[in-house]
Amino acid sequence: MTGQTKTVAVLRYRPEQDEAPVWQEYQVPYGDDTSVLAALNYIKDELDGTLSFRWSCRQAICGSCGMMIGGKPQLACKAFLRDYPERVTVEALAHFPIERDLVVVMDGFIDKLQKVKPYLIPREMRALEDGEYLQTPEEMDLYAQFAGCINCGLCYAACPQVGLNPDFLGPGAIALLHRYNLDSRDGGQAERMEMINAELGVFNCTAVGYCSEVCPKMVDPANAVNVNKMNSARDYFFRFLRPAPKQGGCR
Amino acid sequence: MQVFKADVVIVGAGGAGLRAAIAAAESDPAQTIALVSKVYPMRSHTVAAEGGSAGVVQAHDSFDHHFADTVTGGDWLCEQDVVDEFVRECPREMVQLEHWGCPWSRKADGHVNVRAFGGMKIERTWFAADKTGFHILHTLFQTSLRYPSIRRFDEYFLVDLIVDEGRAAGVLVVEIASGEFTLIEAGAVVFATGGAGRVFRENTNGGIVTGDGMAVAYRHGVPLRDMEFVQYHPTCMPGTGLLFTEACRGEGGVLVNRDGYRYLQDYGLGPAEDKPRNKYMELGPRDRLSQAFWHEMQKGRTVDGRYGPVVHLDLRHLGEARLHERLPQICELAREFMGIDPAREPIPVRPAVHYTMGGILVDGGCASPMPGLYAAGECSSVGIHGANRLGSNSLAELSVFGKRAGEAAMRYAREASRADSARLLQLAEAAATPARALLTGDGSERIADIRREMAQSMEEGCGIYRTGERMQATCDKLAELAERYTRVRLTDRSSVWNSEWLLAIELGYQLEVARAMAHSALLRRESRGAHQRLDGFEARDDVNFLKHTLSTRAADGVPQISYQDVKITRSPPAVRAYGAAQHAAEQAAQGGAV
Ligand SMILES: Cc1cc2nc3c(=O)[nH]c(=O)nc-3n(C[C@H](O)[C@H](O)[C@H](O)COP(=O)(O)OP(=O)(O)OC[C@H]3O[C@@H](n4cnc5c(N)ncnc54)[C@H](O)[C@@H]3O)c2cc1C
Ligand code: FES
Repeated sequence: MTGQTKTVAVLRYRPEQDEAPVWQEYQVPYGDDTSVLAALNYIKDELDGTLSFRWSCRQAICGSCGMMIGGKPQLACKAFLRDYPERVTVEALAHFPIERDLVVVMDGFIDKLQKVKPYLIPREMRALEDGEYLQTPEEMDLYAQFAGCINCGLCYAACPQVGLNPDFLGPGAIALLHRYNLDSRDGGQAERMEMINAELGVFNCTAVGYCSEVCPKMVDPANAVNVNKMNSARDYFFRFLRPAPKQGGCR
Repeated sequence: MQVFKADVVIVGAGGAGLRAAIAAAESDPAQTIALVSKVYPMRSHTVAAEGGSAGVVQAHDSFDHHFADTVTGGDWLCEQDVVDEFVRECPREMVQLEHWGCPWSRKADGHVNVRAFGGMKIERTWFAADKTGFHILHTLFQTSLRYPSIRRFDEYFLVDLIVDEGRAAGVLVVEIASGEFTLIEAGAVVFATGGAGRVFRENTNGGIVTGDGMAVAYRHGVPLRDMEFVQYHPTCMPGTGLLFTEACRGEGGVLVNRDGYRYLQDYGLGPAEDKPRNKYMELGPRDRLSQAFWHEMQKGRTVDGRYGPVVHLDLRHLGEARLHERLPQICELAREFMGIDPAREPIPVRPAVHYTMGGILVDGGCASPMPGLYAAGECSSVGIHGANRLGSNSLAELSVFGKRAGEAAMRYAREASRADSARLLQLAEAAATPARALLTGDGSERIADIRREMAQSMEEGCGIYRTGERMQATCDKLAELAERYTRVRLTDRSSVWNSEWLLAIELGYQLEVARAMAHSALLRRESRGAHQRLDGFEARDDVNFLKHTLSTRAADGVPQISYQDVKITRSPPAVRAYGAAQHAAEQAAQGGAV
């Protein structure tokens, strides 16, 4: 810390007392390694114990601390005061209902993740005694990127379609679905296809690509959505040519 | 108050809790499992584990080697029968995770790859790049969605254990979003609430790692075992304490002092060679490496950094490509937080608190002395880590003992008779009273002050090296803080997402755990593993202290210390040597055997 301070403006909302969100400013001492999360913790400990926000790992891996910082969806632990010349604004993640202060209601998002059957539906069964499924590094590379999603929700705050239609499955859940579809051990693509074809699946996306831009883990959910648009279109087209594939057998 | 009736309730949805939930669900799909976590499961601190998880796979490795490394690493304070069972179950559990989708790093032929880790004689650490814990946690969470009998209580906070006639009969939790209490009745309770590293100042732990389950069990008379053993990890980021995984050294990274000298060779870990060699130098165990840092600091051979003395972790010779393949997260951390590119500059590092070896006393089947209460993972002391945990043994522990705890709890719950619901409700109401009182207390103490002073005092008294005088000062300071804690005043009295209230409850838990640690440490008059003294007790003393410490809470909050024998089956205590010294000792032993 250098003895300098910076203004951190936080959009407060306490449902038990505020009718609408209100801005509140705090002066926070900082150095060139002070993260926004560290600033919020300083506020909580030293200036105002009533400020609520989620956090845990401090290292951009637990996905707790997504919020709008300077108007952009970011992880508070991975955004630094040094990057905001005079003042930085901090608000709850866009497109999520605000529960309180910087805490948003995550239930809908978690439900979407659960809906896409985000687990291995083995292509063939294997006993533990027979050891691991074989998978080459190249096969793993196909899905590794999509397996890096930390479920932070930033891509939902970035997605204009989620803003318009909160029921849209959304980038994160589609990336997760894609991760399993691309896994050479998995045979569940047909089961997951229903989700993709459904009204609230990929076709809601208007290819803005902002979701991938804000992703803190370079998961590139926009890519997952686009590939699935193609898969879905193909799937739709093939329906007229041959019977729908049996569950678990499509590849 | 809401009431939910479960068969088994599991508190904690990190690696251990999720594994327990899946095991319980698989062992009887007809029973209801309540899975409680104060954060969404994938936020649990298992997510931060980087390096890997142990399990013998290579043909030239063996269970005996894994056993010997673990027992030696633990400075003979391990329950050897439990270690034996543990090492045998590790590989199967790692394969199980693979079958559930865990993206373990692979060899070109498609088989799982393993890497070297500190204190391990042969490479047996399964890894998923440098995000192993992240992948294990997400795999377990996602797999758990397949089991409809697992009913999750995400963002519910454990306030108390409900004990009826000496038996664990449920938990009292608070829904964070509403501030409402819920009583979860259950035939058996599993605690999987993780470690307590946040009682120290500089640490690698997430904000949620506050020893809650340990403290709650402890308040109900369950002993905490071996709490004085707290692991300092040698390579952490100055200031924040964030971790640079041991895999940095497993991949070939070296530690140098201000003169560019690989100082570990001066502390019985040498000779220094170009290639990494298992159990030598940088691949020695964590306690020894952290201690060597301390000595370098005393000699004035460390570098002065902005957050105090540091040494350098040099990865440059690994080259950019390998760094990005094997240690991507490390590169990201160094870049974002320190403005350093590890391919071009060495990373300044220093030791920070990392892991609590001790915990809730349980047997090899994860049962605590209280009927119906089980524990697994970092909150428990099942006996495999002894006085110093080996890196990659704890992720393996989550699977092996998480599974055992889930199955054992389900067995117990099916046979146990259920307590009377009306009585449980009364107990729950009573248990809610102190938490409610905390919310409205009108003293003058601030929780942030008490927390800061506690963490500072723990670092001073229970750091890498300890003396009786400083430990006593810490015990006294903690008593003072516990007294002040009774007079805290909250500025937030609301119900919805009142995180100040939760922080206050957590601080109460932390003070219990800190006191158990400091008192256990003070009375261990020897040096062993992570517990090193400078005041005349520099040597290990097997005559008097080849014993587990048990800390039991007295009514006035003061820890009562007693001792328990260590289970030695086939490895009698010997000299704990690494580097060339170990090699010589092994040769001598073999020579003697011929
Ligand atoms: C940075 C880092 C790196 C590591 N790397 C490795 C490694 O490479 N290899 C290795 O073997 N080990 C490693 N470890 C150690 C290992 O990761 C941990 O010991 C292990 O993950 C702990 O898992 P757990 O399931 O016991 O607890 P956690 O994952 O910490 O989960 C605790 C759970 O309990 C819940 N909980 C706690 N208190 C309450 C409460 N009051 N109410 C409700 N719920 C509560 C939390 O919400 C959470 O779900 C590392 C540790 C750290 C900190
Ligand atoms: S605190 Fe974990 S992602 Fe920011």
